[in-house]
Amino acid sequence: MIRRRRSVAPMTARVCDDVDAALADVPDGATVLIGGFGKVGMPVALVDGLIRQGASDLVIVSNNAGNGDTGIAALLAAGRVRKVVCSYPRQTDSWVFDRLYRAGEVELELVPQGTLAERMRAAGAGIGAFYCPTGAGTPLAEGKEVRDFDGRPHVLELPLRGDVALIRAHRADRLGNLVYRKTARNFGPVMATAARTVVVEVGDVVEIGALDPETVVTPGIYVDRIVRVP
Amino acid sequence: MSDHPLLAAADLDAVPCTAPEPLTPAAIAARVARDIEPGSFVNLGIGQPTLVADHLPPDAGIVLHTENGMLHMGPAATGGPEDPIDPDLTNAGKQPVTERPGASYFHQADSFAMMRGGHLDVCVLGAFQVSVAGDLANWHTGAPDAVPGVGGAMDLAVGARRLVVMMTLFAKDGSPKLVPSCTYPLTGVGCVQRVYTDAAILDVGPHLPGAVLVETFGITAAELAARLR
Repeated sequence: MIRRRRSVAPMTARVCDDVDAALADVPDGATVLIGGFGKVGMPVALVDGLIRQGASDLVIVSNNAGNGDTGIAALLAAGRVRKVVCSYPRQTDSWVFDRLYRAGEVELELVPQGTLAERMRAAGAGIGAFYCPTGAGTPLAEGKEVRDFDGRPHVLELPLRGDVALIRAHRADRLGNLVYRKTARNFGPVMATAARTVVVEVGDVVEIGALDPETVVTPGIYVDRIVRVP
Repeated sequence: MSDHPLLAAADLDAVPCTAPEPLTPAAIAARVARDIEPGSFVNLGIGQPTLVADHLPPDAGIVLHTENGMLHMGPAATGGPEDPIDPDLTNAGKQPVTERPGASYFHQADSFAMMRGGHLDVCVLGAFQVSVAGDLANWHTGAPDAVPGVGGAMDLAVGARRLVVMMTLFAKDGSPKLVPSCTYPLTGVGCVQRVYTDAAILDVGPHLPGAVLVETFGITAAELAARLR
């Protein structure tokens, strides 16, 4: 007998009333993917919410390791981060990370930027591992399997999954379909595929059908929760 | 084989000296720009390589890629009425920039797939050291208390079809930054094809018997060969 599909409304992302409701269940020890390239595309309200929420012993995956004294830097300063996985922690205003790293109070896994993105893409696409030429023959390949393809050494890289992803998009519909803006897109579409729970702050939430399907970058299947943060 | 520690055997008298003084960073950038073929897709690394953009002929159809996810990147935004600063639009150095007609945006996995997949014609990077075999060191001094940061440098090193370096030929202490083998941690192996410096242009790479002097600035090839010992 063919089971009829449930007749309820199609699976929708939950539009949360506020940031705190969207982040209430982030557990201690979670791996949290945080979008943004520096401040561009950074889900600032969600990161502030994560600080209020109080989860600790976190592993943060993001391109950078915080700017100034706000956002990821404030999360680090509050002592809530065990490890940072990123490509470029060192910036002119990364003094919080620099101090904790030099004091041995935060662990760093440095990953080339493209490998960081591709490891999350692999996680979201069900790829078990991949060979990548980036980093072959450098200190970042130490301890990893290296194999030649087409006469070139490639490094075996493993998928990078999150328990939670926090990203910012320009606009969402109530199904969680997302549209980004300019270079603020950066890590959002990849991180949205790579975490068990994906929370998105958006400038605007529109009704179903209001986004041109041809322009949707992240389909709503990946998105669990939306918070409007103008 | 040459008995020179860095240079391949060559008729040094045949290497032209084309400038009376060593080149300024802007002049090096202009010289790099002159060698970029019209219609190329180009990535300029952060720091001095961004100066190259100022010297690309506007009608040459050269397209700039920025690794944070954009093609047809335009010049820096000044904040004037014609090019207002948009916080959602920056280059890889996180400086506000503009978009040219024909621009496109894409996410990080696509941006680096574009790189590794061999779709970029030229990449210009800065360097701490380059070896005669084309090894590149530009991400880490190896100092024990240094905070390392690699960004997209390793991806660019393996991905661009032609990787050139723009740097001064000598460090502040006078030692050459072109070396028999890099002492700083490597960014990539055998990846650099040409080095543009204030004193000379040199070709390097794993298949050459040593660095090959192409052109010198403010110094003759013979004088430079002596300084590189």
